[in-house]
Amino acid sequence: MLRIVHKLRSGFAKMTVREAINSAMAQEIERDPNVFLIGEEVGQYQGAYKVSKGLYDRFGKSRIWDTPITEAGFTGLSVGASMYGLKPIVEFMTFNFAMQAIDHVINSAAKLHYMSAGGLKTSIVFRGINGAAASVAAQHSQCFAAWYSQVPGLIVLSPYDCEDARGLLKAAVRDPNPVVFLENEIMYNEAFEVPDNVMDKDYLIPIGKAKIMKEGKDVTIVTFSKMVKFSMLAAAELEREGISCEVINLRTLKPLDRNTILESIKKTHRVVTVEEGWGQCGIGAEICSIINESNAFFHLDAPVVRVTGADIPTPYAFNLEELSFPKAHNIVEAVKLVLK
Amino acid sequence: MIFRISRSCFSSISVKLPPFKVHHLELDQLPQTTTTTSAELLAYYKSMQLQRRMEIACDNLYKQRLIRGFLHLADGQESIYEGLHAALTFDDCVITAYRDHCIALLRGDTPHQIIAEMMAKQTGSTKGKGGSMHYYKKATNFYGGHGIVGAQIPLGTGLAFAQKYNKKPNVTLIMFGDGAANQGQLYEAANMAQLWHLPAIYFIENNLFGMGTSIDRASANTKFYTRGDVIPGIQIDGNNVFQVRETLKFAKKHCLDKGPIFIEAMTYRYHGHSMSDPGVTYRTREEVQQQRKTRDCINYVKNIILENKVADEHQLEEIDNTAQNEIDIAVEQAKVDPVPPSTELTTDVYVDNQNHFIRGILYKDSILPKSQ
Repeated sequence: MLRIVHKLRSGFAKMTVREAINSAMAQEIERDPNVFLIGEEVGQYQGAYKVSKGLYDRFGKSRIWDTPITEAGFTGLSVGASMYGLKPIVEFMTFNFAMQAIDHVINSAAKLHYMSAGGLKTSIVFRGINGAAASVAAQHSQCFAAWYSQVPGLIVLSPYDCEDARGLLKAAVRDPNPVVFLENEIMYNEAFEVPDNVMDKDYLIPIGKAKIMKEGKDVTIVTFSKMVKFSMLAAAELEREGISCEVINLRTLKPLDRNTILESIKKTHRVVTVEEGWGQCGIGAEICSIINESNAFFHLDAPVVRVTGADIPTPYAFNLEELSFPKAHNIVEAVKLVLK
Repeated sequence: MIFRISRSCFSSISVKLPPFKVHHLELDQLPQTTTTTSAELLAYYKSMQLQRRMEIACDNLYKQRLIRGFLHLADGQESIYEGLHAALTFDDCVITAYRDHCIALLRGDTPHQIIAEMMAKQTGSTKGKGGSMHYYKKATNFYGGHGIVGAQIPLGTGLAFAQKYNKKPNVTLIMFGDGAANQGQLYEAANMAQLWHLPAIYFIENNLFGMGTSIDRASANTKFYTRGDVIPGIQIDGNNVFQVRETLKFAKKHCLDKGPIFIEAMTYRYHGHSMSDPGVTYRTREEVQQQRKTRDCINYVKNIILENKVADEHQLEEIDNTAQNEIDIAVEQAKVDPVPPSTELTTDVYVDNQNHFIRGILYKDSILPKSQ
């Protein structure tokens, strides 16, 4: 058994997000014989990003399935298996490759329960890395949060830290609906201290509930995934300047936790949204609209400021890539803009 | 159609099967004859007539604008569905695309449910929310009912995967047409089926046209039963209910023992691809008439019945009328059934629908989760 968790002091342990996802999968595969992992290089290769390390040795080829490089085929196969009653965890090496299989996520999985008037269901998790990595250029860097979040019938989750990764992935596997689970390659290496209860085999986080990472009173920052890290860094810097930010980690993108966002606005009266993906029709655009349609609009003292990826395919050159995606300093600037 | 029949006793009638074409198999693995009985012949005849009458009724209803949208009829191909029904059980899975009414019928829906669904009534198989292309029945392992050409193929491969995962002594019949047979996802799925020895029958209903494109204009290799490459294949006369039945029995044994198989069933659809296709811009009326005269799958069974004096013309006409009557009653009932209530608009989006937010056209019309 892989020793993945470093005990720090009683009640806490330190682990990376990669280890968090690995341990969550291991526990769910152990718990339910219908759960299996399927994807490219998840087995003998130990995972393209080592997220499934050790699972093949522990569970064998009947539970950890290496596929050929055929996304449309193995995604459709997995959806079909879930129609019969199995519970696949489908790993996309990156969500960029999932575009080859997106018909099965949307038309075969998401819409099935409705078209069959409740007769069939697909309990399935589609997981993999999403958004920018480092210097992998245009075809390997897209954020798909907005695309999947639009689709009725899907649940869309995006963890930030270890707590999120464990609790949300386990909740996703146990949910009877199809779930898109957007991970982040850069976050895989980040280590976090977690209280012991997070390692519990039944540790679950409620789907549809955002987490307030830091309370504040001057501005609400709404974000998810890796951008939570930059938002927290920005909030720390702003705190030193006497500006108090409330940082909301969405955790679930569909269904969005409207209540947490709107309640925060009633307190702070100013909002900044932060996402890595392109702005048009993005998560920030949706949050602006949600605010617009509620009475929280009348609590705003300024228009919402969005921080998004630049509207460009991702360049390779390091200095250009740095200018493509939000960093902490962009978020600091955005907060100061909304306070003007 | 040439066949030789002998009557060995009162109950058993021998039927000679048409020749097979095989790929990576030996001809002597397949039967040359099979047997049937009077009762079975009459049952096949009645069931195929019911399918035929149901499809023709839908044609009429569409022309009366009581069925809308897409309608893809399978009249001419009934022997395929009858044959699969005879060979397989309800523990074997079936999946197909949108030409699915007859399979829905044989997998347990009533003509009333099927017709009411197309007429968009709440009494339809899927409450009026699916329509012609979306029939399903979990209880009899019928998984649809899919609108995207070729998508059902990996899905069906997944059903076979799940059967093997659960160590079931059952197979999945994955049905698709000559048009879908060029889809990349077929080869992706079949590759995995062969690698993992999945109990998948890849069943090509070759009615010679994908929409309006003949097989010669669409496929560089029209020997679809060989397109599985290392996977064995058989080509049969899909209009011969006995050959379909015996081939699928063989296929089931093969799948449970070795892995996937390709079956190509030659057939013909009398209607165009769908109701918007008159079916004569890419083939001649004479060809359609010729098929009806010489290759009709119901006439084939009828001739065996008459030759063996199982029944006479008059008795068969009675069966025809009974079938027609059953359909007429279903149509009349469906006509007066109510449409789905507007509350059905937002149900079944999620399995636990009550826990989810469903936006309405205006925000104020949205359905909130029960907890809010």
